[in-house]
Amino acid sequence: MSEIQLDRYRARYAQRTRGMTASEIRALFAVASRPEVVFLAGGMPYTAGLDFDAVSEVTESVIRDVGATALQYGGGQGLPELREGLVDVMAAEDIAAHADDLVITSGGQQGLDLVAKLFCDPGDVVLVEGPSYVGALGAFSAYQAAVMHVAMDDEGLVPEALEQTLQWLVETGRTAKFLYTVPNHQNPAGVSLSTPRRERVLEVAARFDLLVVEDNPYGLLDFKGELRPALRSLAPERVMYVGTLSKVFSPGIRIGWVAAEGPVRDKLVLLKEAADLCHSNLTQYIAQRWLATQPWFEHVVRSRETYRERCEALLDALSSEMPAGCSWSAPAGGFFIWMKLPEGIDARELLARAIRARVAYVPGQAFYADGGGGDHLRLSFGYSTAEQIREGVRRLAKVTRSELELVRALRVGGRSSAPPP
Amino acid sequence: MSGEPVPLRVAVLAGGLSLEREVSLRSGRRVAEALGDRGHQVTRLDLDEGLVDRLVDADVDACYLALHGKAGEDGTIQSLLELLGLPYTGPDAVASAIAWDKVVCKGLLARAGLATPDWVAVSSDAIQDMGAAGALDRVSDRLGSALVVKPAQGGASMGVRRAQAGEDLSGALVTAFSYHDVVLIERFVAGTEVAVSVVDGAPLPAVEIVPRAGTYDFAARYTHGATEFFSPARLDEAALDRCREIAVEAYRIVGCRDVSRADLMVDADGNPWLLELDTCPGMTETSLLPMAAQAGGWDFSVLCERIVRLAAERRRPAHA
Repeated sequence: MSEIQLDRYRARYAQRTRGMTASEIRALFAVASRPEVVFLAGGMPYTAGLDFDAVSEVTESVIRDVGATALQYGGGQGLPELREGLVDVMAAEDIAAHADDLVITSGGQQGLDLVAKLFCDPGDVVLVEGPSYVGALGAFSAYQAAVMHVAMDDEGLVPEALEQTLQWLVETGRTAKFLYTVPNHQNPAGVSLSTPRRERVLEVAARFDLLVVEDNPYGLLDFKGELRPALRSLAPERVMYVGTLSKVFSPGIRIGWVAAEGPVRDKLVLLKEAADLCHSNLTQYIAQRWLATQPWFEHVVRSRETYRERCEALLDALSSEMPAGCSWSAPAGGFFIWMKLPEGIDARELLARAIRARVAYVPGQAFYADGGGGDHLRLSFGYSTAEQIREGVRRLAKVTRSELELVRALRVGGRSSAPPP
Repeated sequence: MSGEPVPLRVAVLAGGLSLEREVSLRSGRRVAEALGDRGHQVTRLDLDEGLVDRLVDADVDACYLALHGKAGEDGTIQSLLELLGLPYTGPDAVASAIAWDKVVCKGLLARAGLATPDWVAVSSDAIQDMGAAGALDRVSDRLGSALVVKPAQGGASMGVRRAQAGEDLSGALVTAFSYHDVVLIERFVAGTEVAVSVVDGAPLPAVEIVPRAGTYDFAARYTHGATEFFSPARLDEAALDRCREIAVEAYRIVGCRDVSRADLMVDADGNPWLLELDTCPGMTETSLLPMAAQAGGWDFSVLCERIVRLAAERRRPAHA
């Protein structure tokens, strides 16, 4: 036989790896990360705004004072002192928690992975907003969950749509394992769930006995410092809360956590231990001392002012540059603007043209498990400077206009040659 | 003279700003590691504003171009290296420019009598400024209804779509125009897909390509196991001979050097059609040239060594 075996493991892979293939879109992002390209794609925070002297001092002190422990294994639930510190972070958003409710994870992302691992058998239904965070979709699909989207509007998740979906599931003999939601400055839609709707969503959840996973990376990054009541605070018995230091301190340090009731917490600790034994003690100590000894909240306030300026630059540039037919969300915080493209333009098809023009965004399809979202794209204002953002939007407007002209010309040409109606 | 060949100082160029950066980086890493394992002194360079300074500082015997896409394959880097007097792998700037543009390359090869599926080139300017969309229904009169739409420049199957005339041709054109402003609409040839690589003018064993999902697209090219490959290809000797002849002819006509890869489709009657010619073939773990070399008895590092030695031999005497 002349077959060349490039992957002799192929027949042995688990079912859940089906569909994990190389992607042209992902390959395009290799170019997008070059400095010549204005990067409006990733949700990276402004880490250059950190006080690096302070970070050095904190890191040095960890090695100096508790080096042997910091470089040792730790417990599966995470460092108790850090969990105390994270309770303070939650308190800054008026969310009550006890250190013992928390499990430290490798970023919020591992929290999502462990929650999916805990609750999802293949085929289980998980409800998410439409659109939803791409990393959550990846985590849930890795456990072969059947992800279903629930509509959102300017006030976030639509409770009536949630109710309809749950009712439909009941009628078809199914239940949802949980609802995953990012209620504050949602990724990618850039909207927040209004306060009245929080009550409504939880009412619906209670009626259908639905668990809720509340992911809150951006709650502290409201431009005006406005706080919205956490779902966890409103219904602690029903809501598992996923937090992270990625957006308010550093994603490189990989500190996230899940707050959950005792039985769930205990299972999560076991899953965490099975996954990686324990979180890095070194980064846990650094985070703990950062929170305990540094004015971390001042850094949050400073950085959200930076994000506000960048968001304003992005909104101004979009208003003055983008062609008619585009519309976008006006976020009150967070990192993202969700932009609708003129009819007939597909965000994924436009991406190569945009990257050739040296601007990068994330096509809307990334945020849907069902292939939808092609008429939208996500722009991030967290990473690029205001000046870069303005230049990026100029480039984006230019390619959108070219694409629009092309699509129109093709449509007109097609129509002239089509038979009369 | 006998003994070990003298190790070379080699710059492996990979990356750049082309849409194929990712694939190029993969090729480059692999080539650099293989040459390093064979004792060469390897420097890896990306294409950026510091490139010339670093090339001059590195004072290399040869540049291995593991570049895919614009600037790496279209003659840009080749012209620059010629100016710097540095030998490099692959064809000179003129041959690169010819091979890089599918409209030019297919036209040249068709004129020389090589069978390549009939095609129509369409530019976005013609669509937008000359009403060319109104002429698109003539495409099927000439090419039939089963079509392949591809950007006239670029590789890795990026932006390439199958289309049916009168159905999804417009959509496929929009996709392809995103990658380049000139697009080729080509008659689709059904059959057995094979790649014939040529090293220093001589063909390596043909590799037959059977994508499990039906189309040899980006995912089928770069996911291990997504495509079945066979070498020798399961075709009769006459068809294989003809494929090899076409690959070598194309190499000669375009003026290739060191290495090339011809992608062909052998139809139900056993007639091979040349689809594309690549003058800087991929060197990734799922690429066709390394598979062909392996089938011919050379492991990957031997292949890299052969190619880089061919380039090093062109080093100007003044540098010796």
